[in-house]
Amino acid sequence: MKTRTESHVDAADVAVPGPLAVTDPSGASAGLPRLRVTKAYKMYVGGAFVRSESGRYFRVASEEAQGDADPAGVNIPRGSRKDVRDAVVVAKAAYEKWEARTPFNRGQILYRLAEVVESRAKELEHSLVRAGQSRAEAAREVAATVDRAVFYAGFADKVSALVASHNPVSGPHFGFSVPEAMGIVAVIAPESPSLLGLASVVLPPITGGNSVIVVASEADPRTAIVFSECLATSDLPGGVINVLTGYGSEMGPIFAKHREISAIDAWTADEALRATLEREAASSVKRVKTHPSPNAEMWFDRRRGQGLGFIERHLETKSIWHPVGV
Amino acid sequence: MYLRRVKSNGHDSLARANGDSVSRAYTPLFAPPPVDQVAVEERVASLAKRSLKKGAKVAGLKLSIRMMDLTTLEGKDTPGKVRALCNKAMHPLDSDPSLGPCAAICVYPNMVKVAKEALRGSGVFVASVATAFPSGLSPIEIKLDDVRRAVDFGADEIDMVIDRGAMLMGDYAKVFDEIARTKDACGKAHLKVILETGELGSYDMVRKASEIGIAAGGDFIKTSTGKVQPAATLGVTLVMLETIRDHYYATGRKIGMKPAGGVRTAKQALQYLVVVKETLGDAWLDPDLFRFGASALLNDVLMQLEKERTGNYQAAEDFSKD
Repeated sequence: MKTRTESHVDAADVAVPGPLAVTDPSGASAGLPRLRVTKAYKMYVGGAFVRSESGRYFRVASEEAQGDADPAGVNIPRGSRKDVRDAVVVAKAAYEKWEARTPFNRGQILYRLAEVVESRAKELEHSLVRAGQSRAEAAREVAATVDRAVFYAGFADKVSALVASHNPVSGPHFGFSVPEAMGIVAVIAPESPSLLGLASVVLPPITGGNSVIVVASEADPRTAIVFSECLATSDLPGGVINVLTGYGSEMGPIFAKHREISAIDAWTADEALRATLEREAASSVKRVKTHPSPNAEMWFDRRRGQGLGFIERHLETKSIWHPVGV
Repeated sequence: MYLRRVKSNGHDSLARANGDSVSRAYTPLFAPPPVDQVAVEERVASLAKRSLKKGAKVAGLKLSIRMMDLTTLEGKDTPGKVRALCNKAMHPLDSDPSLGPCAAICVYPNMVKVAKEALRGSGVFVASVATAFPSGLSPIEIKLDDVRRAVDFGADEIDMVIDRGAMLMGDYAKVFDEIARTKDACGKAHLKVILETGELGSYDMVRKASEIGIAAGGDFIKTSTGKVQPAATLGVTLVMLETIRDHYYATGRKIGMKPAGGVRTAKQALQYLVVVKETLGDAWLDPDLFRFGASALLNDVLMQLEKERTGNYQAAEDFSKD
């Protein structure tokens, strides 16, 4: 898999489009070349595709496929502190409405997402191939991603039945423990697999009613952006999943210090970053879970790469006492 | 150019003072310069882009707290809520006693006594809306009575509404007379004249209403009740500030300005301060001459100040609602 070429580059260094003209395969332009139409890759925040407010980009190299308009290297927005700030505002507003929906409705929307990913499978596979995978690997990863969305779609209205309890208490009371969403969950997605890893870490928190701000894989953020186009065309309300691109080491500490964010779920091999997140999150008493990056194969494993535990990690338990016989 | 204020007594109207019919008497007197809508919006858009950082930002935010008329104008207001809001006005942030206090509390007349009692000795004024707020569509006697009672209850400032229907019909005499009579009814209390710019339809009408409000004796002109959208915008604020500026050049009298409704974020507050500074200068960067009518704004300003102090973005839940 290709990785980013430099760790810190300015927009001025990056804009390297390919040739302006491409040949017209349809022949409709009577032998004249077509103007090359390349795509501006943008982050997905609040249901809209946005550039970084900082105006910065980083370059991601990729295989240039036959007949593809994009050049070998593409410019990806490099998210900043203020992009995090703006994402929190929309994620907070979205959370309040998302959490108020019925779990059944959340499940319907997740299933719709699976449908949309399925219908855009070719585009996602293409993006993965450009990031260096073989066609077979890419097809396997997209299929697994669809299955993951279906898995959490089915789980949405069963979480409460599995996690809640009616507790025995010593007195004339009922004691209930009921799961509730936490709020905004900030996620640093695994580097690899860039698509399945992303879906596997953002879908469980929203299944439970949270909203998510995620930093996509640094090595292949382009596929995360194509996935965001699936999010935008499913019925998922804007702001429930916000996809930032850039460096986890830059945005992670901002997540940790931001008091409006309730939890952090970081999948990163960067040990210093994991330590920073845990330390900086202490003053706002966030729930922080950091994971050294697992073997990419784990995400394909239906026992280890998905499950109730992924949902439960971002739920709070509310206890209710109610008198018996009233 | 300016209409001299005519002492109004009883039903004496300016039209009668001039010995002319209403429409013909007023049209030439209120012939303000036409407002260039595109230029106004370009100007405020360019001023709104100005970036205030660090020390200037903190100073601006602290000033905006001292300029705030902390407002609650809801049918569900209770003495308890008003007392809580008064406490918030006196001590906006418990952990930093250097902040505030706010300029005033703005309430309905029935809450004036409660607010006055709660604010005793604090220097925070009590403003009351009156004149059949928010529509103003009641007989003048009732509106004046509303004002006198609010003043009797202890209001230091009266926020009146103009009759927008009369304004739009061109019955400027009625608008003028009602303001002038309300001013008389205020006695020592300061008068703020609410134009409800969201119902006036054009900048030209805002300019005209501003001139009438000032000429008829208003101490402040104020954009909105907060009950109509759009409420305060930078555009109408600039038009009103320019009216104040022209009046100052013509007469030497300083009129105050109060945008109200729609100013919710610290960033917006700073944009307003920039427009004031660029239109009227430092003299108006003072709670005696500029106020924000707001309820949600204070907490956002406090969050930004805490962010500047600690370096961390804040959570809304950490700040008391009232």
